[in-house]
Amino acid sequence: MNNLLRRTIFPSYNNTLKLCRSFANVGVPKEKIDTLIKNNKVVVFMKGVPDAPRCGFSNAVVQIMRMHAVPYDSHDVLSDENLRQGIKDYSNWPTIPQVFINGEFVGGCDIMLQMHQSGELIEELKKVGIKSALLTAAEQSKEEKK
Amino acid sequence: MVYTEGYLREKLTKELDAVHVEVTDDSDGCGAKFSAVIVSDKFQGKPLLARHRLVNTVLQEELKSIHAFTQKTLTVEQWNAQKS
Repeated sequence: MNNLLRRTIFPSYNNTLKLCRSFANVGVPKEKIDTLIKNNKVVVFMKGVPDAPRCGFSNAVVQIMRMHAVPYDSHDVLSDENLRQGIKDYSNWPTIPQVFINGEFVGGCDIMLQMHQSGELIEELKKVGIKSALLTAAEQSKEEKK
Repeated sequence: MVYTEGYLREKLTKELDAVHVEVTDDSDGCGAKFSAVIVSDKFQGKPLLARHRLVNTVLQEELKSIHAFTQKTLTVEQWNAQKS
């Protein structure tokens, strides 16, 4: 099944990719990305949209944001090949998703996951004035125990 | 170019003076998706982002064709703590 899939789907995927690249390999100007990442405290560049992520790694980031109830801007790089290349060049980071907090590149999926696990994410969000829902929940359960 | 677990393990070990490297091909063999655990004292004192950037730099060429690369970067101290 896997082989069949690969044979039937991958060739067309590769062709589309090549086509996209040949038409557009310039990326978007740095200034445009500057504006995008400063538009909200948290900005995510991902594949698909938060309600329908089109990649497991992008989905993981969306889930993390959801758990912490973080308001954020999201940009779908699959709908804009220029942005897809442009954001990689901008942050000098080879993969999508990419997360920016306060206009600063924080990391991709691995880093977000590890920051989530270590509790660092709660602190980073606090610095920009966002209170994580996990922190609120922790405080509430402490309150109830008293 | 299709890369193998062995190739990546060797390159990461050499370039990062790593004492332990685990590379797993998660792609069913098509070579587009890997995950790695890298233990090196070159990560000492570096925040996560800097560690990952270091690894990305070592694999700059390879990451052009590897579609997905998951990494865990640990210092020897962190690795020992994790084992015990």
